Amino acid sequence: MTRHMTRHDKIYWAGFAVVMAILIVAPLVLPEFWRRFLTEVLIWGLLAMSSDLLIGYTGMISFGHSAFFGLGMYGAAAALLLVSPPNLWLAIGLGLVGAAAAALFVAYFSTRLRDIYFAISTLIFSQIFYVIIFTWTSLTGGENGLIFSRPHFSIPFLVDARFTTTTLHWFVLAVVTASYLILRRITQSPFGMVLQSIRENEARTRAIGFSVQHYKIVAVMLSGLFAGLAGVLYGIQNEFVAPNFVYFITSGDTVIFNVMGGIGTLVGPILGAGFFQLLHELMSRVFGDQFPYLIPLGFIFIAMIIFLPQGLLGFARRWLNK
Amino acid sequence: MQFFHNFPLDLFIIQTVNGIVAGMILALVASGLTLIFGIMDVVNFAHGELFMLGAYVGVIVIAYTGNFWLALVVAAITIAILGAAIQIVTLRPLIGRDPLNTILVTFGISLILQNYALWQFGPVARRMPDPITGHFILFYLDYPWYRMVIAGLSGAIIGGFYLFLKYAKFGVWIRATTQDRVMAQAMGIPVPWVLTGVFALGAAMAAASGVLFAPLAGVDFSMGLDWVLKAFIVVVVGGMGSLGGSVVAAIFISLLESYAAIWLDPSQAVIVSFVVLILTLLFKPTGLFAAPK
Amino acid sequence: MSALAATSPQLLVRVEGVHTYYGKSHILHGVSLEVAPGEVVGLLGRNGVGKSTTLKTIMGLVQPSQGRVIFEGMNITGMPSHKLARLGIGYVPEDRRIFRLLTVMENLRTGLDRHGVSDQRKAELLDKVFTFFPVLGERASQAGGTLSGGEQQMLAIARAMMLEPKIILLDEPTEGLMPRMVSQIRHIIDVLHNEGVAILLVEQNVPLTLEASQRIYIMEKGMVRHHCAASELHASHPIIKQYMGV
Repeated sequence: MTRHMTRHDKIYWAGFAVVMAILIVAPLVLPEFWRRFLTEVLIWGLLAMSSDLLIGYTGMISFGHSAFFGLGMYGAAAALLLVSPPNLWLAIGLGLVGAAAAALFVAYFSTRLRDIYFAISTLIFSQIFYVIIFTWTSLTGGENGLIFSRPHFSIPFLVDARFTTTTLHWFVLAVVTASYLILRRITQSPFGMVLQSIRENEARTRAIGFSVQHYKIVAVMLSGLFAGLAGVLYGIQNEFVAPNFVYFITSGDTVIFNVMGGIGTLVGPILGAGFFQLLHELMSRVFGDQFPYLIPLGFIFIAMIIFLPQGLLGFARRWLNK
Repeated sequence: MQFFHNFPLDLFIIQTVNGIVAGMILALVASGLTLIFGIMDVVNFAHGELFMLGAYVGVIVIAYTGNFWLALVVAAITIAILGAAIQIVTLRPLIGRDPLNTILVTFGISLILQNYALWQFGPVARRMPDPITGHFILFYLDYPWYRMVIAGLSGAIIGGFYLFLKYAKFGVWIRATTQDRVMAQAMGIPVPWVLTGVFALGAAMAAASGVLFAPLAGVDFSMGLDWVLKAFIVVVVGGMGSLGGSVVAAIFISLLESYAAIWLDPSQAVIVSFVVLILTLLFKPTGLFAAPK
Repeated sequence: MSALAATSPQLLVRVEGVHTYYGKSHILHGVSLEVAPGEVVGLLGRNGVGKSTTLKTIMGLVQPSQGRVIFEGMNITGMPSHKLARLGIGYVPEDRRIFRLLTVMENLRTGLDRHGVSDQRKAELLDKVFTFFPVLGERASQAGGTLSGGEQQMLAIARAMMLEPKIILLDEPTEGLMPRMVSQIRHIIDVLHNEGVAILLVEQNVPLTLEASQRIYIMEKGMVRHHCAASELHASHPIIKQYMGV
């Protein structure tokens, strides 16, 4: 089914192209630190975007994304440590499997509950994963985490190259962009429409005849998959995984990125992640490393919830979703 | 027969006592949380931080005056005022909005309070001396009297609170506001201030638990999260909004954890509460011990 | 138009051109009415014309989008209801809405436990209420939810009386009550009137309203359509038929 390019579409894709161009060229002109910074922002952005599927489109706040992120990370680490030479695609695959398993577990129990109870239970479940990873030292390296080497970018018979900071950035950019497009397609599909209907009025959606819980489970799993993907990318970039990434703080940060950037926009959370990390970096530079940057950031977060609940990109929410 | 022959009865009894002591403190923390949720429909994410700050205030007061009871009172009052301020500034603007907003805001507050504590007091845990020295012999242990005192005090505070709700003027106001906020206001009850008072009361209870707990294990900036998680589990298992249910659930879960600690590593014993939560969600999501309303 | 109570220099309640919305529904289209101190004023009209909404607007339970509510010369539009209760406006809603889980005594206490009321005065008020409503005295420690419909209505009125109000807004007090209870309500209205308490009475029961009130307003479609002394009307008056007739 083809669709004529409306004026909206033209502006949207033009804007998309401009942003992509900037992000592709960026590593070529930025110093090393900022190159890595930008890549990390993209990874956090992917994590936040995955969470937006739940918060912004289904109306479910999850405090459990640290589990999906963490298991994606550890799954990748497992692949990279167990198989020699370390294989990128295996790492991604195993990471996604790990995240999917965590998501299925959380989804099965948590989706029985609504609203606040759902949020709390996701938090508790992610802490379960944290405790398991932290204490099962023989399997996960416990507190110390795991170290491994970054895999090559290899496609059999075509290419086998080490990642440089720049090429890794492009790879991450490609993955994040593809994820965005896929998620966008999902939110605009009939499935996505049902999710949004659940957000608007769950009782009515159920009354119409949709099996709400099944839709919620699928939503949590999709969200978990992309969060796990972000975890894989993070592990690959840093060549290191540790339990503290599975700790609740990661979930909390994710929610902050969502709220600051604007829920229900998919790109908003990426901007939120960037905004947050940038403020963090600026405060470190101006006030020193020991400065409790989370205190002013916390105030900004609270102020945004009260006065600007739609977030930075919230004003463009309808437009971005058309 | 073999089982009973090997069953560590003395250890079991010791752990029962430990479980009840821990359970009473947890009950006090959870009661504050239940109070705030039941009456204001606010999930107070920052409850653990109020607990933690209460403990710190206690440590400071004791360092200056050496008087534990003074520390308890000062901590409760200081944190109650902090709680009232938080409610007025950040939660009142959200009245009438989606309750999920309150979870986000109290989460933001917990971030601020936690980092404030880290900044002010540093990462090293502080210790607080036992306010009541002396032990009694429990099997092969010198069991500190202080632990029994905490359990008793927690129980007294919860009991006192229950009586307050039932008989005091403000208690009647709270119950009226819970049942019908609109008519409570039409009867001249200043509902916005009742809500502030409730939050302050819950905060005071958290702070008191913090001071009571401090001699047991030391105070550090991150202790809040574990407690608030456990308190949430207690509140869900006990039936959200049920004071009696929370108390029973707190003791139940603490006892189970104590027993588990006989065979498991303490950091793993915490899994017990998670399992109880999962089972509750599967079989009786309204709460295992929910009292009929 | 009839004269208002000539003895009072100042009106107790004046509603001026009030427009009220529920969401997008425009319920009140510019309602204006007045109540003088100690007057019983009846507000008649079919279901859904906005009578209850008018009372709710006066009580601050609903905010008007336009217009004012004046109480004893003071603009009370937009003031929160707990302040209005303390100023002397009592409200007895349509579905009674007593606190079902509180005892009868506790229900009364919500109005009794006010600032600046001496213990002696409190005892006097309780005494008075138990004299008017002996059955409440009998059931003082029972939960409100265990009372019958008529008893709950009495409790709702008694509770408002605890505020020692200058005016009581009564919303359909006789709805669903047996005839014996209806006449008891009628008696209470007289007693309150003799004590100098003004009453704004919303009712479907036309004969009772005409008997009890000094003046009548009739509403239709969110506006006041007719206003006269109660003595000018009777139950089968053509105007009554016009605005209340089925």
